[in-house]
Amino acid sequence: MGDSAVLLGQLFNGVSVASILLLAAMGLVLSFGLMHVINMAHGEMLMVGGYLSFLTLKFVHGPAAFLACLLVAFAGAALLGALLELSVVRWLYGRPLDTLLATWGVSLILQQAARSIFGPIGVELTAPAWLNRSFSFTQGWLAGVQLPYIRVFIIVLSAAVLGSVALFIGRSQWGMLLRAVHQDREMAESLGVNTRLVDLLVFALGSGVAGLAGSALALISPVTPTVGQSFIVYAFLVTIVGGLGSLLGTALAALLVGIFSAAVQINFSLSTADVLLLLMVVALIQFRPRGLITRNSRSLSEA
Amino acid sequence: MIRSLNANPSWRHAASVACAAVSLAALASAAEPVKVGVLQSLTGTMAISEVTVKNAEILAIDEINASGGVLGRKLQPVVEDGASDPAMFSQKAQKLIQQDKVVTVFGGWTSASRKAMLPVFERFHNLLWYPVQFEGNECSPNIMYSGAQPNQQILPALDWAKEKGYKRIFLLGSDYVFPRTANLILKKHIVHDGLTVAGEEYVPLGGTDFSAVITKIRQAHPEIIFNTLNGDSNVSFFKQMAATGMPPSKLPVMSFSIAEPEAQAMGPSLVAGSYAAWNYFQTLNNALNKKFIAAYRARFGANSVVDDPMVHGYVDVLIWAAAVKKAGSLDPNAVRKAAVQLAAIDSVMGSIKFAPNQSLVQTAFVGQLDSAGMFKILWQSKQPLMPEPYDALAFPGKTCVIR
Amino acid sequence: MLKHAQFPLYALALALFAFAPELVSPYHLSLLGRFLAFAILALGLTLVWGYGGILSLGQGVFFGLGGYCLAMHLKLAALPPGEIPDFMQWSGLTQLPWFWAPFRNPYFALAALFLVPALLAAGLAWLVFHRRVGGVYFALITQALALALSTFVISQQPYTGGFNGLTDFSSFLGFTLTDPSTQRLLYWLTLAVLALAFAFCSWLVRSNFGKLLTAIRDGENRVRFLGYNPTPYKVAVFALGALLAGLAGALFTLHVGVISPALIGVVPSIEMIIWVAVGGRASLAGAVLGTLIVNFGKDWISSAMPDLWLIVMGLLFILVVTALPGGLTGLGASLRRPVPAFRFPFRFPERKPSSAPTVSIVAPEAEDLP
Repeated sequence: MGDSAVLLGQLFNGVSVASILLLAAMGLVLSFGLMHVINMAHGEMLMVGGYLSFLTLKFVHGPAAFLACLLVAFAGAALLGALLELSVVRWLYGRPLDTLLATWGVSLILQQAARSIFGPIGVELTAPAWLNRSFSFTQGWLAGVQLPYIRVFIIVLSAAVLGSVALFIGRSQWGMLLRAVHQDREMAESLGVNTRLVDLLVFALGSGVAGLAGSALALISPVTPTVGQSFIVYAFLVTIVGGLGSLLGTALAALLVGIFSAAVQINFSLSTADVLLLLMVVALIQFRPRGLITRNSRSLSEA
Repeated sequence: MIRSLNANPSWRHAASVACAAVSLAALASAAEPVKVGVLQSLTGTMAISEVTVKNAEILAIDEINASGGVLGRKLQPVVEDGASDPAMFSQKAQKLIQQDKVVTVFGGWTSASRKAMLPVFERFHNLLWYPVQFEGNECSPNIMYSGAQPNQQILPALDWAKEKGYKRIFLLGSDYVFPRTANLILKKHIVHDGLTVAGEEYVPLGGTDFSAVITKIRQAHPEIIFNTLNGDSNVSFFKQMAATGMPPSKLPVMSFSIAEPEAQAMGPSLVAGSYAAWNYFQTLNNALNKKFIAAYRARFGANSVVDDPMVHGYVDVLIWAAAVKKAGSLDPNAVRKAAVQLAAIDSVMGSIKFAPNQSLVQTAFVGQLDSAGMFKILWQSKQPLMPEPYDALAFPGKTCVIR
Repeated sequence: MLKHAQFPLYALALALFAFAPELVSPYHLSLLGRFLAFAILALGLTLVWGYGGILSLGQGVFFGLGGYCLAMHLKLAALPPGEIPDFMQWSGLTQLPWFWAPFRNPYFALAALFLVPALLAAGLAWLVFHRRVGGVYFALITQALALALSTFVISQQPYTGGFNGLTDFSSFLGFTLTDPSTQRLLYWLTLAVLALAFAFCSWLVRSNFGKLLTAIRDGENRVRFLGYNPTPYKVAVFALGALLAGLAGALFTLHVGVISPALIGVVPSIEMIIWVAVGGRASLAGAVLGTLIVNFGKDWISSAMPDLWLIVMGLLFILVVTALPGGLTGLGASLRRPVPAFRFPFRFPERKPSSAPTVSIVAPEAEDLP
């Protein structure tokens, strides 16, 4: 393997990690941008998506079974997200730190529930045969590079979801209402927009996307009761770097975090990567305290 | 650090007083049950492995009760949860000894839990029976180390790999004390044996992203991977290796933390063809083993699988009972001295006995996973191996002497 | 806080705790000792969160740093001359690393266990707050700190003892730690430190510093318009909270005889929040009370029904923020006066509830209000 091949392979790994982070962080950013709430149980939406995919594969077979998994994971996580919004989050608007604690409580309960139902051992999802291959380069300057289909698939999935969500927000009727509430909640409300319904919808959408992330993640690692917890801290770092409330910023931040980690991991140990990542985020805040992409606003304090 | 009892004269005095007190109490209340502690993680990340060890220990306690108990008294297990947290293990060990007044404790899994409990057992002059393979480098008179020392699991696997002609070895592990120390010892022996260390990598505990590690493995061109990854990290590792075209059938993997339950849970097809080294496999062909498996299944479910640490937990209880009989006393100090004087016994895992350094003399096996998640036994050490807490090559000049 | 009318009550409580060694079993005394050490941390968290409005999800980091500073000394003190700690030997080190050497001196270790957590906290807080980043961002950054530091400590086994942590100590300043009389002394020492910290914090929250802190919590920009720079105050209170956490960690290490990365990660750090929330986040007495109740509850539940503990803790989190934001000590106030958030659950509060008014929904005692 040549140096350039290693570099490229690692770049690819970085992008593939970034695409999962993006899926995981998208919902966080949407709900924070709109409602100023931080959902600590967001990681558990990932977990739910993973377990739902596992269950779906028990009933559905065939080459397209995994697409069914994605659908079920999205719908199930979105439903659970809506439930969470109605039962807990709705009552705590305007108290972001309290929402954070309450949703942490929810996440503990969901984790224990998963442990009781599926056991503490991770369950395993067998990837469909058409995904279980890889592009491999045998000659030229790329010789030795392996691009597993699964990771390519996850990158494509995440790009597609990003595109659809952007289209939904930018072009659809609901998206317009969403933007209106985002820009000025009172004004939108007084014009007759049902802001509560918009909130509910966005929260459910964000959770559903996290469910997709869980489904995709299940292709490369086991689904365990704590899978969400191990991912959520990184997703939060992505939202901090990206700026809470901007999809483009989130996408850039996910790429930055993913590629940074991949680059550090190949040169140092994996544990050092965590520390350097945190240092990078704190350093970045010195230059862009509100994240990479910010909305201009005359308001004094946003978050 | 060598612990010598002479360095701490108060030990003997306290022990003899305790001994007298215990025997008096024994005379006074012959019918009262003997309390023994069982301390494993029933919750948290380690519960997956430790609950089954607890089951095996309870099974052994029940068997002893069925055959009349010890010194004419029944055993009463007091089960506590270490919650996968070393500080909790220390707290609960103290509770078992001070509050419940247990005469001995069976338990622990991670080295961290053992290290946290050690001062408690030394302070209260009690005895811990530890059932899991570990990194050695410890020598306390208050612990009976039944799990494999490095020279009873890791080094036999290296001998096997050498016999098989593997020359370039890649060391991969979770980032904690057992993999790091095991690899330190392995590196010394690999170099000493004229083989090559192709690379060495660690992944944070519970880590699931192996993309960078796999890139490094591809660059290093190893002939075999020695894998000390823990728990769920294994699933991610094998999946991502398979996805890049390196399943265990193409690049052999020798694992030190994958036993039967882990293989079953991971989906046997994923790990089929990979190797493991243990002191017990469920497929061991002897009458005691068949009886043990049947008894365990009758009690804990017909589909249960058993593994090495469970069997160690089980034989620990049996040997403790035998040592109590030999000593004629429940006093921990008398029991540990009697335990190392017992003759070798025939057990579920073959012939075993405790060496004077309070570690178990036992046989090493190498097995290969089949598609049902069971091990086909390929190799075994020529005789039961004497335990060496300090590897002579990696830690020259250190020995473990317990009096 | 420390009203004259309440003074006899606190004195009585202190006397009761002082006589605990005569009243409870040795095991429960040892539990009480370590929980009182936790309470010192909870006092700091009350200042930082309850009064300062800064939510720290990384308090375990400072707890751990304090514990490690003392543990490094204890580890060295337990060695024969010329030896290095056992874990260094089996990690392949032959010489004591330079940053370990000064810890041979117990007074250096004592100074370090105050300074290291406080300085790290001050540095981090300044870097974040001077850019006017706060609120949720800061909470998430402290959580990342907890993850990064615990991973890092585990990975540096030759220097930190790795996942096992540091354990197996023999004596401190000439006292044999395993001695029953030392254990009692240690209990009283912990109680004395807690009482001193309590008195200091009570004084602090009534001082000008405390008033300004509460004002920053309730309206940072207003304070800025009045000509104050809030950053130094926020940095100072966060550093003070870290100092108390470090002190708690050191005392805990003496009690338990072990400090390990399991105590400084994400989950233990957030568990510390619930101690304070249960007692009442802006009440110092509540912090002590909440810490004792939650930890004794955990000891009891985890013995009786191990699987239940996470669910109980989850429910506690939800209950405490939705139904009882003032915690136990705010119970009276909550009953007298409905929580504002509950009056109009289906409408939004003002657009700008300022940056961090999260705490002021219920003020436990009237005089805490500015």
